[in-house]
Amino acid sequence: MVNLPIYLDNNATTRMDERVLDAMLPYFRDNFGNAASRNHPFGWKAEEAVDYAREQIAALIGASEKEIIFTSGATESNNLALKGVAEMYISKGNHIVTLVTEHKAILDTCKHLEKQGFKVTYLPVGVDGLVDLALVEEAITNETVLVSVMYANNEIGVIQPIKEIAALAHAKGALFHTDATQAVGKIPVDVIESGIDLLSFTAHKMYGPKGVGALYVRRKNPRVKVTSQMDGGGHERGMRSGTLNVPGIVGFGKACELCKQEMAEETKRLSALRDKLESSLLELEESYVNGNTAHRLPHVSNISFKYVEGEGLIMGVKDIAVSSGSACTSASLEPSYVLKGLGLSDDLAHSSLRFGLGRFTTEEEVDFAIKTVKKAVLQLREMSPLWEMFKEGIDLDTVQWAAH
Amino acid sequence: MAYSDKVIDHYSNPRNVGTLDKSKQDVGTGLVGAPECGDVMRLQIEVDAETNIIKDAKFKTFGCGSAIASSSLATEWLKGKTIEEAMTIDNMDIVEELALPPVKIHCSVLAEDAIKAAINDYRVKNGMEPLVEKDRIH
Repeated sequence: MVNLPIYLDNNATTRMDERVLDAMLPYFRDNFGNAASRNHPFGWKAEEAVDYAREQIAALIGASEKEIIFTSGATESNNLALKGVAEMYISKGNHIVTLVTEHKAILDTCKHLEKQGFKVTYLPVGVDGLVDLALVEEAITNETVLVSVMYANNEIGVIQPIKEIAALAHAKGALFHTDATQAVGKIPVDVIESGIDLLSFTAHKMYGPKGVGALYVRRKNPRVKVTSQMDGGGHERGMRSGTLNVPGIVGFGKACELCKQEMAEETKRLSALRDKLESSLLELEESYVNGNTAHRLPHVSNISFKYVEGEGLIMGVKDIAVSSGSACTSASLEPSYVLKGLGLSDDLAHSSLRFGLGRFTTEEEVDFAIKTVKKAVLQLREMSPLWEMFKEGIDLDTVQWAAH
Repeated sequence: MAYSDKVIDHYSNPRNVGTLDKSKQDVGTGLVGAPECGDVMRLQIEVDAETNIIKDAKFKTFGCGSAIASSSLATEWLKGKTIEEAMTIDNMDIVEELALPPVKIHCSVLAEDAIKAAINDYRVKNGMEPLVEKDRIH
């Protein structure tokens, strides 16, 4: 018994856990104070709730609650990390190192900094999505102030060697930032153990509300500072002004606490479901997993189905919510730059589906997805001239296409 | 993205999916698009040499729902038309019929290209000059 449509796009966002919503409600109703109101119980109550949430959030990543700066989400945290470090440490240097497969929140911010005269190196990745440590080491110079590498990729789920990259950054006196939006709450993340100086994450990827996120900013060994990008009152130790989203923060805290408690069990359950989904779909001829499968988030699977186009495939599985690397599904009509970064040919990038399982995904839903996707792929292949040509033994790379 | 009912209908119940024997004298085949672009259409027509009427049309498409619908619609429209009538099918007719949004107009253009390619393949095969399309204003 499944309720349609089924949601398998947890990398895009997640359903809020009821327990998170319950924790938030009082802060919309009776406890509506501004956490910065120092003079009355309305403010004190709000401040107390925020402080408690800071502890819950810090505990999930091995940090101190003094190191959590609240923002409106991971995009803002990424902006604050990159621009804030670039501006604060400009006397040290003006060079940043990052990867071509980062989220647009990092790439567009880098482009903005380049326009202002900063230099950015965008390192390529291998066919499995992992960056070569030798290239990282080579790219970092004495002018480098920041190395920013995402913990886990949002499209293919690949996990980078974070601890090793952080060490390479520190060896040349640069700071290390990671966009850990997809990793926090799903796999263990420890900023001390991994040597991370700054870390971005957000509530809505871990069954919390949209509109609230955080930037972890290290206070010891070394003490890191960022130039604020949002001025007006000096909130968050002068690093991010603005009235705190108290209900959002309370929800964020609760979401982190639940993830910490339930992560081990959830990981076991979800990776079993993901493996079932993936191995069943790979039974289809000419289907390929994208990205390293050993170093990967437990709940993500990105698969290309050759000779079938992604948006057409999504129409065929309309009762399942997933996303595709196909150009047709992006506003720009460009295929996924992450998949292209793996060296995938355009037609395989066009043929991909990304599945993101989550806390509320059931085995029945996975079984339904397997049946539905298989049926749609087979149906579309019946309609595909490329499939027919492949079956006839024609090498499509030798065909002269009459593109318009 | 919201699809029009007609696009959904053509996608779920495509008309005339299939293959004609391209070695036959009365069959014209048009293959347009490229895998890198995410759109490849193969349109085939079977022509009655005496009346010049398109007896049958088949298509296969690698592409999104709008591309599939555009080529499916094209085969529907082609059947029963003469070659000359078929040459007048304009991509904007397809856009209107399927209510394609601006970002999907190129799918209809490809379908029009496929029609013309199939017609010209037939003509060249049968010793005729390919028909030149009138200048298109987009």
